[in-house]
Amino acid sequence: MEYQDIELLRFTTAGSVDDGKSTLIGRLLYDSKSIFQDQLQAVEESSRSKGYDYVDLSLLTDGLKSEREQGITIDVAYRYFATPKRKFIIADTPGHIQYTRNMVTGASTANLAIILIDARKGMMEQTHRHAFIASLLRIPHAIVCINKMDLVDYSEHIYNDIVSSFKAFSSKLSIKDIQFIPISALHGDNVVNRSKNMDWYAGSTLMYHLENVHISSDLNLVDCRFAIQSVIRPHTFDYQDYRGFAGRIDGGVFKPGDRVKSLPSGFISTIKTIELNGEEILEAFSPMSVTITLEDDIDNSRGDMIVRENNVPNIGQDLEVLVSWMSTKPIQTRTKVIIKHTTNVCVAIIKELKYKIDINTLHRIEGIDQVEMNDIARMSIRTSKPIFYDSYKRNRQTGSVIIIDEQTNETIGAGMII
Amino acid sequence: MSNYVISHLKELESEAIYVIREVAAQFENPAILFSGGKDSIVLTHLAKKAFFPAKIPFPLIHIDTGHNFPETIAFRDALVENLGVRLIVGLVQEAIDKGRVREENGADASRNSLQIVTLLDTLETYKVDAAMGGARRDEEKARAKERFFSHRDEFGQWDPKNQRPELWNLFNGRQNYGEHFRVFPISNWTEMDVWEYIKQENIDLPSLYFSHQRDCVQRDGAILANSDYIKLKENEKVMPMTVRYRTCGDMTITGAVESTADSLDKIIKEIATTRTTERGGRADDKRAVTAMEDRKKQGYF
Repeated sequence: MEYQDIELLRFTTAGSVDDGKSTLIGRLLYDSKSIFQDQLQAVEESSRSKGYDYVDLSLLTDGLKSEREQGITIDVAYRYFATPKRKFIIADTPGHIQYTRNMVTGASTANLAIILIDARKGMMEQTHRHAFIASLLRIPHAIVCINKMDLVDYSEHIYNDIVSSFKAFSSKLSIKDIQFIPISALHGDNVVNRSKNMDWYAGSTLMYHLENVHISSDLNLVDCRFAIQSVIRPHTFDYQDYRGFAGRIDGGVFKPGDRVKSLPSGFISTIKTIELNGEEILEAFSPMSVTITLEDDIDNSRGDMIVRENNVPNIGQDLEVLVSWMSTKPIQTRTKVIIKHTTNVCVAIIKELKYKIDINTLHRIEGIDQVEMNDIARMSIRTSKPIFYDSYKRNRQTGSVIIIDEQTNETIGAGMII
Repeated sequence: MSNYVISHLKELESEAIYVIREVAAQFENPAILFSGGKDSIVLTHLAKKAFFPAKIPFPLIHIDTGHNFPETIAFRDALVENLGVRLIVGLVQEAIDKGRVREENGADASRNSLQIVTLLDTLETYKVDAAMGGARRDEEKARAKERFFSHRDEFGQWDPKNQRPELWNLFNGRQNYGEHFRVFPISNWTEMDVWEYIKQENIDLPSLYFSHQRDCVQRDGAILANSDYIKLKENEKVMPMTVRYRTCGDMTITGAVESTADSLDKIIKEIATTRTTERGGRADDKRAVTAMEDRKKQGYF
């Protein structure tokens, strides 16, 4: 089957009301033939009942009743489409400032970010915000789509101006691969099909980029990290002494025969088998879910980590973290919280609020006494037990934490370890 | 190109197994909501892989409306036997007999929304704190906004505007007394992914999914199986047709499609060229634009 053995690409789109984000997604779905007849019919009917004289593709991505009533998106919505080359998962997030937390959520699992700019308006505050969040969450690839080119006469000059002002801003960021594409989502120029209106643009279409961007080299294949989710002990006749450590590889490449170290115990052993469902795996790497057995009988449990003997993560209780605050309840210093990091959960205390980042100018705001919803702030956090971590820059899995409210159990913050 | 690439099916499988293992680790009393449909069969297969060589460490729960296809029940019983897992059955008929719910009347009557009460009763009786389901985000627009770990309040309700943000692979299953979670390990799968995976893994399915001859009734553009549970309207005729099912709900509401696809390869080919969504044949979704959203808020699957 032509669909089999294709790669998965997760990307995020951020945009505000009216910049054509929903139309772009609708266009990708429509032109890749991922829209079904009954969905299209429903959209045609909705367009008619709203009195539009064209089929509004953006209605395809409309979700909940309250969103339709207000004509906005309030939450991350996930969309799916596939081409013969790749399967795509879109985290479609609203782009307004009050939804920073949704953008952060969508960005946390993305390989790539699409940043939309309205060609008539050029760089705006929200463009800064979207680019900054993509950079903060370490999305390795960004595609900046300069949209609504049809409304500026497909002007090369306007496109070039926007590209250079974006570059001036993004030089301060850490996105390693940025591409620019002039498009019209409404008419389909350079989305899936090449535009006949912009001969001056020699680059490829958005779909071509999405299908071909090289993502496997984004994995950390150097630092072996395996956080144990649970211990499998069957207690059956056939598997009397079986002790398998179940988990998902967080980094590096593990092989049977590797000398490994268990944390926090420090015991050294050798990998006996790596398996899933009884089938042996010769090389395991992120994001594979596997079960590892060791030559020696080591009493590991959930929250422990298996690493290479000579490449261990940081071990400690004091974390410097950039936090995206997600709760309507602000946070002050000395607040007790719960931290979840890999498969570990522990109590922690916010020791110090260092500064907030103005996400439009990237300036630091020092001397703060609390952090509010949608703020990005640097904090010092002390955990009640040592955790095994890398910097977020090195590994998104072992470098991220979520902060949980002790009383309500809500997720109130997302942190990236510096 | 480096060799460290896994296929999309492998990545989706890995993600689902990770989620299932998180559920087993974070909750006291998890369970799989098993409908007998292909998605819950795939989910059960993934759970088996997640814990092998140990058995699945939680029960399957089936909410039986009494209007199931007989093939579904036979398949369920054989699967449970084979895996050696515990089966819990919640009977909608029991809730009706006790007067907890009232049956709908008329020709379009279905027990679909009656299941909500039995489902919530069963979860409460067995103190289930995490109920895993085979729902996918690509199925329906309200489901597109669903989390992997979806929080339900003490009344079993879903509040779409107040969902917990879900970042990286850090799932927060902490709950207050009386609350529970619905967990959807195959959230990111599409209908095509499910079929390709069934083929790759050689997973058994009830015969309903393959082309067969059946006495059917056409109603509002849907093809329904003729059975004792369906009341014929005037000028409706029972006709033998060659059909198969794309989803598997109650006999009264699940529409069949005309199809000659009698093998997985043919089904995959058919889906690749098909032009309607799989829930397009579900009468329960056609009641209102927000039918799924409304039922989900009340505690539906």
